[in-house]
Amino acid sequence: MAIYSTNEFKGGLKIMLDNDPCSIIENEFVKPGKGQAFNRVKIRNLKTGRVIERTFKSGDTVESADVVDVEIQYLYNDGEFWHFMVPETFEQYQADKNAVSDALKWLKEQDICTVTLWNDSPLSVTPPNFVELSITETDPGLKGDTSGGGGKPATLETGAVVRVPLFVQIGEMIRVDTRTGEYVSRVKE
Amino acid sequence: MTERWRPICDKQHLRLRAQMLAKIRQFFTLRQVLEVETPLLCHTTGTDPQLDFFATTYHGLAQPTQLFLQTSPEFAMKRLLAAGSGSIYQICKAFRNGESGRWHNPEFTMLEWYRTDFSLLQLMAEVVALLQALLTPLRGALPVRQVDYQTFFDEVTGLDPLVYQPAAYRQFVDSAGFPEAAALCGDQQVLWLDFIFSHCVQPAMTAETIYLLHGYPAVQSSLARINPLDARITERFEVFINGVELGNGYFELSDPQEQEARFDREIAYRSRHGLNPVAKDELLLGALRAGLPDCSGVALGLDRLLMIISDSRDIAEVLAFPLANA
Repeated sequence: MAIYSTNEFKGGLKIMLDNDPCSIIENEFVKPGKGQAFNRVKIRNLKTGRVIERTFKSGDTVESADVVDVEIQYLYNDGEFWHFMVPETFEQYQADKNAVSDALKWLKEQDICTVTLWNDSPLSVTPPNFVELSITETDPGLKGDTSGGGGKPATLETGAVVRVPLFVQIGEMIRVDTRTGEYVSRVKE
Repeated sequence: MTERWRPICDKQHLRLRAQMLAKIRQFFTLRQVLEVETPLLCHTTGTDPQLDFFATTYHGLAQPTQLFLQTSPEFAMKRLLAAGSGSIYQICKAFRNGESGRWHNPEFTMLEWYRTDFSLLQLMAEVVALLQALLTPLRGALPVRQVDYQTFFDEVTGLDPLVYQPAAYRQFVDSAGFPEAAALCGDQQVLWLDFIFSHCVQPAMTAETIYLLHGYPAVQSSLARINPLDARITERFEVFINGVELGNGYFELSDPQEQEARFDREIAYRSRHGLNPVAKDELLLGALRAGLPDCSGVALGLDRLLMIISDSRDIAEVLAFPLANA
């Protein structure tokens, strides 16, 4: 395991803190002219997603966290775990509910997701920025309304609920931005 | 990819820097303070354990000789004072190894000046006069708050910085959201003060106000004289704007024995903590033995001052070439 000194701290560096893998967001060097130097660091806990601030004495060291992002394909859910596979090597990973977390409502079989691995097991799952999903439930739209103003809720095949324009109907395929949870367009098949 | 040869800083900031330097020279010329230059490259350097230095090797002598880039021009300027220079100022580069961040560049510009026969209070008034002369045309006249360290520390934290109360300090940092402080600071009062001051007291300063804090705890005396009436405090002040430390001043220590004792203490601390060894500056001690006139001196970081003048967020915005593309 590598060791990082505070001098090496920068955004994106993965370190272990309180036994959890974390990612440095921001590192501020704080030093009184005649006094001890500190590094005030903003850190995201990659397990919980929580952002905390922590001060180190400059020159102190921390262990690195073996964290990497990989692009892999979502296969299926067996009721307990979500299974992923590296398309090139067929290597498989299983992610638990904590790791899948909010990505759950966007996961469609065959889609390529970004999976963050810690010590080679999934820590978190990020869905593709855009997914195409079919509508399983929504109120029938008003006749002749093509403006899309106002909108209505629609339930998608994965269970996610998004606001869609009034003219969009059950069975149609739509494109959604998973970062905002917003409808983008209809998808012509 | 931007072209790396280009300066990062705005052209306007180059102009503001030139104006600032011209105004400083004008300010001191009017006050008949002499501009001097002293070497950046010296045979010795300060012993302060909190300052790391750059060292290099000179090959022009029979033996290769270690030389240091100065961390401040203080020692050389005191030798001039002891030789009868009268009041002097200098605008120069200073170098501090490992100091890099939003407010730090390892090479920076310093304004340092010494006033013979000035009390610390007189020098503090002159610092305000200079800052107002530089800031007023661009930012309006700033209000000034002059307060002693103990009063302000207590006002913000409810703690007494002159009386070491580990339990109270610890309870305060825990409730202020810094539970890690206790492990970092251990039982070192100086560390506790540095931590609480930089994390809690500085951020509590009102914006757009010049703060002059004086009467620093004796444990942080550095090269200042101890207050003759209260040995718990030292004749030292610091100046802040927007919570940012701009400068540090002393009623200068002139007792050669006391100076040597402080050198020895810091050298011993360095060796205990595995820091780079440094020899004490015998030339400074020689000057003090010959007699340093009573004087007050202060150093201001001009890059930081320019950050405030130009409302910049990062020191790189006011440097033509910060370290990353120096």
